[in-house]
Amino acid sequence: MNLKLHVWRQPSAKDTGRIESYEARDVSPDMSFLEMLDVVNEELIVAGKRPIAFDHDCREGICGSCGMMINGVAHGPQKATAACQLHMRTFKDGDEIVIEPWRARAFPIIKDLVVDRSAFDRIIQRGGYVSVNTGGAPDGNDILIGKSSADHAMDAAACIGCGACVAACPNASSSLFTGAKITHLGKLPQGQPERDRRVIGMVEQMDIEGFGNCSWFGECQEACPKEISIDVIKQMNRDYVAASARASSNE
Amino acid sequence: MELNSKIPPGPLAEKWDQHKFDIKLVNPANKRKYSVIVVGSGLAGASAAATLSELGYAVKCFCFQDSPRRAHSIAAQGGINAAKNYQNDGDSVFRLFYDTLKGGDFRSREANSYRLAQLSVNIIDQCVAQGVPFAREYGGHLANRSFGGAQVSRTFYARGQTGQQLLLGAYQALEKQIAKGLVTMYPRTEMLDLVMIDGRARGIVVRNLITGKIESHAADAVVLATGGYSNVFYLSTNARGCNATAIWRAYKRGAAFANPCYTQIHPTCIPVSGDYQSKLTLMSESLRNDGRVWVPKAKGDKRPPNEIPPAERDYYLERKYPAFGNLGPRDITSRAAKEVCDEGRGVGETGRGVYLDFADAIKRLGAQTITERYGNLFEMYERITDENPYKVPMRIYPAPHYTMGGLWVDYNLMTTIPGLYALGEANFSDHGANRLGASALMQGLADGYFVIPYTIGDYLARGGINAVNTDMPEFRNTEREIAERTSKLLSIDGKRTVDSIHRELGHIMWDYCGMSRNDAGLRKALELIPQLRDEFWKDVNVPGSDAELNQALEKAGRVSDFLELGELMVRDALNRTESCGAHFREESQTPDGEALRDDEHFAYVAAWEYAGANAAPILNKEPLEFESIHLSQRNYK
Repeated sequence: MNLKLHVWRQPSAKDTGRIESYEARDVSPDMSFLEMLDVVNEELIVAGKRPIAFDHDCREGICGSCGMMINGVAHGPQKATAACQLHMRTFKDGDEIVIEPWRARAFPIIKDLVVDRSAFDRIIQRGGYVSVNTGGAPDGNDILIGKSSADHAMDAAACIGCGACVAACPNASSSLFTGAKITHLGKLPQGQPERDRRVIGMVEQMDIEGFGNCSWFGECQEACPKEISIDVIKQMNRDYVAASARASSNE
Repeated sequence: MELNSKIPPGPLAEKWDQHKFDIKLVNPANKRKYSVIVVGSGLAGASAAATLSELGYAVKCFCFQDSPRRAHSIAAQGGINAAKNYQNDGDSVFRLFYDTLKGGDFRSREANSYRLAQLSVNIIDQCVAQGVPFAREYGGHLANRSFGGAQVSRTFYARGQTGQQLLLGAYQALEKQIAKGLVTMYPRTEMLDLVMIDGRARGIVVRNLITGKIESHAADAVVLATGGYSNVFYLSTNARGCNATAIWRAYKRGAAFANPCYTQIHPTCIPVSGDYQSKLTLMSESLRNDGRVWVPKAKGDKRPPNEIPPAERDYYLERKYPAFGNLGPRDITSRAAKEVCDEGRGVGETGRGVYLDFADAIKRLGAQTITERYGNLFEMYERITDENPYKVPMRIYPAPHYTMGGLWVDYNLMTTIPGLYALGEANFSDHGANRLGASALMQGLADGYFVIPYTIGDYLARGGINAVNTDMPEFRNTEREIAERTSKLLSIDGKRTVDSIHRELGHIMWDYCGMSRNDAGLRKALELIPQLRDEFWKDVNVPGSDAELNQALEKAGRVSDFLELGELMVRDALNRTESCGAHFREESQTPDGEALRDDEHFAYVAAWEYAGANAAPILNKEPLEFESIHLSQRNYK
């Protein structure tokens, strides 16, 4: 099939970007979306032009490197699928495809489709861990965890940190990302001692980074390639209220 | 070159404890005076960086990805082994050690493999303490599954995302240290060379991938945890960014490269579908717990799988290896697939594929149970192939997956360069000629959490490490060499893209140095690779400049190193005329086609030493001695 691509090109953070159009010819339905871009890039290089920069690495939907708005939808039209796992059979001959980077103030553009998501790392730094040093851990079976708690924790822990939730949110909120980590650790006994401190720190960091607030659109869970439920945001909000109340009663 | 493995004396089971007592320690108050560079942030790198900084060392950690959480360890699916014997099925440290050694076809270092088995139990405890959500039974206990090459159930897992969860555990430990200001993290930064001063590793030169700026970093020790080199084959299960540049630069600075020809071809990957293909996707080995592998008995049988009656199917693994059935080790299972495809019995459009069929398991256990065990893998398969594996058997074929070879290290994980360490897949030490499933995660974390934190102190405490800084000529000269190399790459302005040359290298490696190798083919590859390398340096086209984010330039540097490493792999494969594990020389096989070792001549580690751009590398040998086990022909029948 042949397609027409309209791609956001921006040489660097300082430059102004614009949409440029390219032909993608002889695209096989079995190609992944990124393989289609590889082919376009090969042609651009041969033609003496600059290839399109985009983040990608594992190409099996788990590293969270890739991500782009495809026809206005984070990671494109297929539900529960990262851009690298989106296959061209989703499209048909003659389609026009608009490709843009994640759009959020907290994710500044570096080049073309590449954005800076280091804000996510800084949110984790505010408590997205269990404070345990290496060594001296008790036997793994000394901490019993019921299957349903383990399963719920795992559902939330599946987050790949790609940023689609932020890109999809009209407020550019990172609540799904943050809520997922709070829920993962909050469902487990290991996460309890730091539960209050964690939620207060991570929520505060979201604000510092310039992410918007959650106003319950639900776009994030629709865009999430791992189908993380907005229940994690409920959990975060509940934990936040409880932790704030405890903090103020202790003052 | 002297290869001193520094294996401690004494009985196997006591070596590590005795060694920990014998090696020197750095006083807690003095640790902050020592600086350590860790390159790579996967399981080995992140666990090492976090743990070293917890001990008090001043740590800098580097990764080329935009965040340390994205290192390729994240893609490991199936699980992590540990000799916990929670299942009461006869497992023990010795059994895990023996399985590892036997799985590696008796080409690993006994003392290292034993230590790995010992430490496996600590890893699970540490990860549980961090909040890694391992699968649990209803009663709250940790669950286990089986993996290839073992007859006990010792693999711990978090659905099909075990690598992700273990890496996030290590990443979170790392972020905790970054938040305290005890680790400085450099994402989107690629190591381009190692800097040596007075014969010791004293720093690295890196490129900031956003600005293009070349920068130097000095330290008292350098730890490379940069993964393997399967991408020399172009198509592999590795992430696109995985590369050998750090270990290859170290090799060219004097670190011996051990057993480069030991490359693992994983039996269960989704087959290639076209020329545009950019990577191969693994389907976890754990699927072989419940899936049955078969091909039609008749050549060229093009009927859809569901129309082929059971009597006309060849469940060749169950037929050839009744004791292990579908759960044989990876090298044997991969070669068996190649064999049936070579016979013309392969399936799918290309004929390079075999079926992995879940129909019996679904009948026995119900679709619900299969979904619980493998749901995400089934979804991934369907997304890629557009076929529903609940209804139609999966098609799989072997693909390059893991490299057992790597930088030579001693028992302390130090390379032949003083002060330079290699951890995880980047070193060669624990898996011999073939790695068992669920053992890579184990080794990465053992090295990072529990080995390097002890052994690095021994080097630092011995003293003799002078103060250095990045203004010294060694740093400045290395920076200049990097800049010259970069401008050379950008100025060639030829006709070929980097990917087209990389793809061609991949074909050469796969055809002549892949699942089976022979003298004539290897010699052919030795002619073809230098020709391709010349073509690269004459005719490659790298667009853009060095002062920006330039992904084509990044790739060009990595491929230029693969073009040299590929040749060393071929030399090593040519030298080793025996078959062992994943290294199968057609000239050396048993009457029924299994790998035939030659212990008399090849029970050694081949450690290659760089001798200059225009000289053949020098082969050094570390003899492998086995005190606790008897060398035997592997038998999985």
